[in-house]
Amino acid sequence: MRDLLEVYVQQFKTTLATQVQYRAALVIWLIGHILDPVIYLVVWDTVARSSGGRVGTFSTGDFGAYFILLMLVNHATFTWIMYEYDYRIRHGDLSFALLRPIHPIHADIADNVSFKLITLMFMLPIAAGLAIVFRATLPLIPWALAAFVPALLLAFIVRFLVEWTLAMVAFWTTRVSAINQMYYVAALFLSGQVAPLSLMPFPIQVVATLLPFRWIIGFPVELLLGRLTPGEVLMGFAAQGVWLAIGLALLKIVWRASVRQYSAVGS
Amino acid sequence: MSTPTIHIRNLCKTYIVTEREAGVVAALQSLVRRHTEQVIAVDGLTFDVAPGEIIGFLGPNGAGKTTTLKMLSGLLHPTAGEVTVLGHVPWRREKTFLRQITLVMGQRNQLVWDIPAIDSYELNRAIYRIPAQDYRRTLDELTDLLELGPLLRKPVRNLSLGERMKCEIAAALLHRPQVLFLDEPTIGLDVTMQRRIRTFIAEYNRRYGATVLLTSHYMADVEALCRRVIVIHHGKLLFDGELAGLVQSFSAHKTITVQLGDCETDLWSYGDVVTCEDGYVTLRVPKSETARVTERLLADLPIIDLTVEDPPIEEVIEQVFAQEAV
Repeated sequence: MRDLLEVYVQQFKTTLATQVQYRAALVIWLIGHILDPVIYLVVWDTVARSSGGRVGTFSTGDFGAYFILLMLVNHATFTWIMYEYDYRIRHGDLSFALLRPIHPIHADIADNVSFKLITLMFMLPIAAGLAIVFRATLPLIPWALAAFVPALLLAFIVRFLVEWTLAMVAFWTTRVSAINQMYYVAALFLSGQVAPLSLMPFPIQVVATLLPFRWIIGFPVELLLGRLTPGEVLMGFAAQGVWLAIGLALLKIVWRASVRQYSAVGS
Repeated sequence: MSTPTIHIRNLCKTYIVTEREAGVVAALQSLVRRHTEQVIAVDGLTFDVAPGEIIGFLGPNGAGKTTTLKMLSGLLHPTAGEVTVLGHVPWRREKTFLRQITLVMGQRNQLVWDIPAIDSYELNRAIYRIPAQDYRRTLDELTDLLELGPLLRKPVRNLSLGERMKCEIAAALLHRPQVLFLDEPTIGLDVTMQRRIRTFIAEYNRRYGATVLLTSHYMADVEALCRRVIVIHHGKLLFDGELAGLVQSFSAHKTITVQLGDCETDLWSYGDVVTCEDGYVTLRVPKSETARVTERLLADLPIIDLTVEDPPIEEVIEQVFAQEAV
């Protein structure tokens, strides 16, 4: 465990050193991450104002809090692994990863967490600024705050497992961009990024409950906003637990099959 | 022979590749129906490598050298056959195995492009769990042997090809592997840098008793480092033995160089004139004719000096590659 921690610390230093080399790229990434939820926020804010200040159970201040929190949760849990894997396979980078006496997922987790820690320094003040501009109303409920931490952690782990496993498709197809696009669109609608899921039609809410997307983005946001009853929160944790188990099992099976496929075909 | 470090029996690897004719129509057809073909990359290789040996692993492009090295390092699963390296089955990629080997691919990089090599080394130190003291000592030795001092703190992207290769080799050896698979480690490097890398490989082998399997298209690498060579072609073993034996087995000619006062004399009746410069004439004659031709030359002409040599190794290798597998 100590050795693994040492790898994570070194990976953090490597990622930090790499990221600061490309400051402009870092800023562009951040702008992209901020713009996306801000666009939806502006749209819903406008809709709410033109509908007498509310849409369903959401006031303009609620929309502000929802989309700003969503921005932070999405930032904390997003991965870019699906965009990287086909490159790794084509260019042989994966060969070097396979030659090392450590599972390649550790380098990716460490790299991801490092990037988040670096960029969080910028995201938090921006989120605070947006909260003031959009007059976000964030209710501070102690039990919800306490439950938010494990919910966010589970959301990160589940999303990482699901997306890392999906990226493995690249072993068979080499190009995964089409699958990326499908996944991205599904996640956009079913995780609550376009609109809070409670404002969506009932059938979509049912589908969202059955798939992992809500549990990796929407659930921690709804929880922190105090929009869930303790029973619903427990159900959310149960759903995250199920997806965690599914994710771990799939990762193990798919990784083994992927390496077998890679070692049969080569790069 | 002691227990071999590398043990290979009837090693085979077959790839299934898709093929299609040129043009848009064929491209569209391939969307619906793909024509696949089996390509035999490695076809029944058998050999052993003893601890501490440096083997030159030779063959033309596409002979199956890289595929073999990838199977030996655990990146590829053989289609058939038996392989052990240091007593491990490579494709199982056990951690104890991976900690004892390295694969250097001359055309691929493991160092992080944007940061100094020393940062990538630190990451490798953590991954291979190298104790701090051993790491410092190995890094000092590698820095000294490869003259890395001024390079370690520059971003890798700012290094020349040769400098980068030296840093890559150091990264691959920080954990002091016992088996080195070197796939064209000197490709694209200038003569001075090639020589430096060769000297380093020889020194590493001497110092740590490491086993080295080296592929290279530069015969100078092979001549300087390898007593034993293994030649493969179309995935099959063509030759396994001493480098000198390769010349004996495959060269049907000898080279006779004579020093004459001028280049005027026509020597075509004695053999094929290869070069004629500054009074030196080089002839190629069939091996069986060497003694007779030498005798005739000395009897017929005012020879100042005469030497008989085997042809250059490049020429022999070219002849070997031109043959079909036996």
